[in-house]
Amino acid sequence: MRTQFRIIGAAAIGTGIALSASVAGAEKLVVSNWDGYMAPGAIDAFNEATGNEAELVLHGTNEEIMGKLIASKGKGYDVVFVSSPFAEVLHNLGLAEDLDHDKIPNIANLYSQATQLSHDEGNTFSLPYAWGTTGLCYRSDLVEGTPDSWNDLLEPSEALSGKTTMLATDRWLLGAAMLANGYSVNTTDQAELDAVRDQLIETKSTLLAYDDTTFYAKLVSGEAELVQAWDGWCNYGIAENPDIKYVIPSEGSDLWVDTMVILKNSEHKTAAYAFVDFILDPANHGWAAENILYKVPNEPAMAALSGDFIAQFPNMGITPDQLMKYEQLRDVGEAQRAYSRIVSEIKAN
Amino acid sequence: MTDRKPLYLMTPALVWLTAFMVVPCLLILALGFFRRGIYGGIEYTFTMENIALVFDPLYAGIFLKSAWIAGLSASIAVVIGYAAAYAIAAASPRRQATLLFFAVLPFWSNYLVRTYAWIVMLNREGLVAGIAAWLGYEGELPKMLYTESAVVIGLVYNYLPFVILACYAPLSRLNPEIAEASRDLGGGGWTTFRRVILPMTVPGIATGFVFVFVLSIGNFVTPALLGGGQFQMIGNLVYAQFLTANDWPFGAALSMFLIAIMMGLLTLQTFATERASGARREE
Repeated sequence: MRTQFRIIGAAAIGTGIALSASVAGAEKLVVSNWDGYMAPGAIDAFNEATGNEAELVLHGTNEEIMGKLIASKGKGYDVVFVSSPFAEVLHNLGLAEDLDHDKIPNIANLYSQATQLSHDEGNTFSLPYAWGTTGLCYRSDLVEGTPDSWNDLLEPSEALSGKTTMLATDRWLLGAAMLANGYSVNTTDQAELDAVRDQLIETKSTLLAYDDTTFYAKLVSGEAELVQAWDGWCNYGIAENPDIKYVIPSEGSDLWVDTMVILKNSEHKTAAYAFVDFILDPANHGWAAENILYKVPNEPAMAALSGDFIAQFPNMGITPDQLMKYEQLRDVGEAQRAYSRIVSEIKAN
Repeated sequence: MTDRKPLYLMTPALVWLTAFMVVPCLLILALGFFRRGIYGGIEYTFTMENIALVFDPLYAGIFLKSAWIAGLSASIAVVIGYAAAYAIAAASPRRQATLLFFAVLPFWSNYLVRTYAWIVMLNREGLVAGIAAWLGYEGELPKMLYTESAVVIGLVYNYLPFVILACYAPLSRLNPEIAEASRDLGGGGWTTFRRVILPMTVPGIATGFVFVFVLSIGNFVTPALLGGGQFQMIGNLVYAQFLTANDWPFGAALSMFLIAIMMGLLTLQTFATERASGARREE
């Protein structure tokens, strides 16, 4: 869900490859994560507590770290943070460690629902780090009425036309139209995909922009009034303007899950297990909820959030049971090419 | 015996470029002939599928659209840039240095920052709209940002200094006596420009045009930011294949054609420059 550094990340990829190459030979734990996705002092605190020499490297996107992992067969990295469909790919490629739960006592902190996620029931190869929904984020003081359907975004009222944005990443862009039509967010049925494409081509003329990174800022400035958003990111807007609200449309949402994966080829497995266990400690895991406003699947960490905080950011109060009603994005394999093509078709129109 | 000094001097640059630029590029391009693995890796079975896909009307159309936007940007940049270069070349030598300094001043800041500045200016709640409202304009301005025009504006703005520099070089070297001779022979201002000055500065124009075109057609930042991601240029398509679709083979195939277009144009430009300077020598 974190695509913040998409463009800058692309520019930095050259440097990133050079960095990871120099890291590969060193005898220490290498953790790859998105920038700012865990407490700034977490690595130092972990090293101090365990006597390890962990090092943090950053990736801008899932695809960027996946490219590196696939090319190096996972060598040079010990723990990576990736979204669940990518964790699934790592598992299918035989790059993910089969987790030994005895080495992760803090796994007991996870909500029971978080151990039954469809991409990895029983957490055999991945540990959920954050989870949430994708819905509508809007200016309640500017939008008339209360949006409650994906069609409020896909077929906006005249007043809203030109003041809406949709996510640019293919899976979520298509996901909005899939959900509106009652399809699976992982559908590979050609007739359904055609319908999704036609709908989104029609919607395009009503959009202000496709935006993955600054949509909440557009709401704050008033440039946009209704946007497709991840709940955590909508909170960044809410933090600046309490008139901004988040709603899950009646047709539903996807359930997105960002995970931690230990690499099978890791040469520092003891330290890697210690690290994921350290993150699952409520004090460390709770940092993400309090500071980046993402729900974490850690029961004591969520229980520690204050009522005022949840009142300010209501979507932080979405319960695990509610989340589990939604379908997770899964890896679609060969159909990925069809998805990319549809995005090109939409943009060429 | 031939002088080997140039060869020695060139060796470090050649080794550097070959090892770190040519070889990696060839490796990436070679991926275009393999299959995409189910999970996004490379499956090393030979295929022409990716190359064929480039000619699919959808993707060929994106190439044409990119060429159109790049061509339009390059043409506008050449007109504006040539005029500016002409004015700079006509100024006093001391003034010229100052004016050139200002022409390249934008390069002191980051490309992304300069592009974001246009967002600040053009957005619906932005500077232009603010000034219009302050001047008493009521009602909504036409959508300026996230359009094709915004992309063209961004490209022209960002690459204009290249054109100014490229056109300034031949203009400043022009011997003023040639224009004088033309006037003595009865050529008016316009005729002198059209039949004497313009032909002698074609190499600068060609260089400027090709520069802007080549940089624009592969650009992906400006269409993403100023175009609001609403249409794809070929650079965005390549970017998406490598960074979101995890389809490196198709991305490599697209890059092959992009590089071929660029190399073709640069070659043409070299010939044009050669011919023009050759013609001048013959005179």
